[in-house]
Amino acid sequence: MISIETHNLTVSYNRRPVLWNIDFKLPTGQIIGIIGPNGSGKTTLLKAMMGLVKSSSGYVKIFDQPLEKVRDRISYVPQRESVDWDFPASVMDIVLMGRYRKNNLMKRLSKADRDLAAEALEKVNMLEYSDRQISQLSGGQQQRVFIARSLAQGADLYIMDEPFVGVDAATEEAILGLLSDMKKEGKTVIVVHHDLQTAKAYFDWMVLLNTRLVAAGPKEEIFNETLLQEAYGGKLNVLSKVGDLIKEKDFPVREKR
Amino acid sequence: MKETINFFSFSDPNVQFVVIGTMILGATAAMVGCFSFLRKRALVGDAIAHSILPGVCLAFIISGDKNPIYLIIGAFITGWISLLLIDGISRTTKLKNDASIGIILSVFFGIGILLLTSIQHSGNAAQAGLDKYLFGKAASLTQDDIFTFSTIGIFLITLTLLFYKEFKLISFNPDYAKTVGLPVKFLEFMLATITVLAVAVGIQAVGVVLMAALLITPASGARFWTNRLGIMIAIATFFGALSGFLGSYISYIAPAMPTGPWVVMCLSLLTVGSIWFAPKRGMLSKVRTQKDNKRKILIENVLKLFYHLGEKNDDFKKERNINELQEGRDLGISELKKGLSLLKKKNWLRKKDGNWVISTSGLEEAKRVIRLHRLWEMYLNQRLKLAPDHVHNDAEAIEHIITPELEKQLEKELNFPQKDPHESIIPYTES
Repeated sequence: MISIETHNLTVSYNRRPVLWNIDFKLPTGQIIGIIGPNGSGKTTLLKAMMGLVKSSSGYVKIFDQPLEKVRDRISYVPQRESVDWDFPASVMDIVLMGRYRKNNLMKRLSKADRDLAAEALEKVNMLEYSDRQISQLSGGQQQRVFIARSLAQGADLYIMDEPFVGVDAATEEAILGLLSDMKKEGKTVIVVHHDLQTAKAYFDWMVLLNTRLVAAGPKEEIFNETLLQEAYGGKLNVLSKVGDLIKEKDFPVREKR
Repeated sequence: MKETINFFSFSDPNVQFVVIGTMILGATAAMVGCFSFLRKRALVGDAIAHSILPGVCLAFIISGDKNPIYLIIGAFITGWISLLLIDGISRTTKLKNDASIGIILSVFFGIGILLLTSIQHSGNAAQAGLDKYLFGKAASLTQDDIFTFSTIGIFLITLTLLFYKEFKLISFNPDYAKTVGLPVKFLEFMLATITVLAVAVGIQAVGVVLMAALLITPASGARFWTNRLGIMIAIATFFGALSGFLGSYISYIAPAMPTGPWVVMCLSLLTVGSIWFAPKRGMLSKVRTQKDNKRKILIENVLKLFYHLGEKNDDFKKERNINELQEGRDLGISELKKGLSLLKKKNWLRKKDGNWVISTSGLEEAKRVIRLHRLWEMYLNQRLKLAPDHVHNDAEAIEHIITPELEKQLEKELNFPQKDPHESIIPYTES
């Protein structure tokens, strides 16, 4: 079974391509790490998968279908730093957002929604913080709230952007425990991660990225000196020069047909 | 006094119109402004307000009439165009958001003034009063105006209530809203529409120039009082309505005073008051916290002094005179005396024949502070690999803030060390 397929995906940011022809198929039921150095396009890849940025070419299929058809089966955990945590809301308010749907637009959330949110909070050991104002949380707790919000969606595929950045040891342990529980339930989890030290222990599968796809496969096949060197050894010279040219001349990445 | 009675009896229908009108305008603008504030688009409201002027003038030129409905439609259209242009400019050019706001605001306002001037010189008698849009005309609101305002006000409140939870999400994390499949574009359109409408109506009270205040100040003030969005909106709305009421009251008892600017003055006072006096987030509360901290540090330092002296001659309960105490620690005499009397109030010290003795409970407290100090030194030494002669100053500060939970964690992590890096004994309580 394929969870996500990207086909020749090229994504530009400010007209410069930041991902070139990414082409891979990822399995279901695995914990998959997307690994690469800073600026290698990991977050952009996630955003392209979730339809948050437009691709210049290529497509993404999830569970063999276009994104819009399977929205309810996938869930996204953005980077913790992408929001303002001084927003006036409690932990429960945020987790309940995981229950917002197109079909409950303009409606109040039900009792069942609240129960699911509480269950999700319990899974990340944060239930006793339900009424806490979110700005009073530590970084690790904020991360767990984001994960709880995502769990409350009850999806089959979870896409997390750098959940291990700047968290305490307790949170790291909680997230790892959660990942393995999710795997047991047959869920697929895709995690953007930049730390090579821990990558091998955390993931079953890996995607090595550095503006282009370096390799994708089970970690035994991927995690070796040669490929890591290739991923972390800087960008391809010609490729980034072509990228600069495309931006400078405002050229399209594909010829219009 | 007579004016006050007249005002509060509401017998004058004009008073009724002005009061009800400004209250509705203040309340709706404040409610909608909460979302602009939280989405960090405070200045966009200002740009919309200025961009509304050409719309009002054009509506008048086309209809030849000052009917509020026509004018609001005109205002609404140019207000919306300005929003689209601001977003368009920041998206397609290298100009940043603040620059595009500045450009659109001034260009639209310029066109507005141009049109207004040419209308005023056109000789059309119906134009009289159109210039009130610049500074507001709260004092001359009519029954028709009130009807229009209430209709729009109810419409805005209904929409906000209906989309409350979605507006909350797109204000906090719009990307996530997209990924759960919400129609974010549509919701943003609704929110923008509500904002433009609230501004279009609001400028009739305070005018183009002061409109941003009506939108943003109540939200800024309300934020200080609560951490709940619903309550924040309620407080902001209350501030808006209250200022509308007070503004019209002031201008009634002092006829030389304009209503709109006084509404804004009242709002500003409420907000400044909030910044100072709100519990927890307010400035005064911060000052108080600082004072409490200082006092805690003083008390604990004096207790430590008793402990250190007791440790030196192996008699914690010995009576100490003030000179001995002063020599023991680098503390000003007045500070020391203040600390002593505070400790006496807490019954951690008592006085005997003019000398000071530490009580049993005081000794326990002293032990706690000493323990935290030495545990922290130990922690710095072992975990941060700091040399023993580098840990003292740090511990002097940290000893005052470690909570009982953290203390337990420290003890566990360090495995209840007997001595600190300077070979001093770490006092534990028997229990």
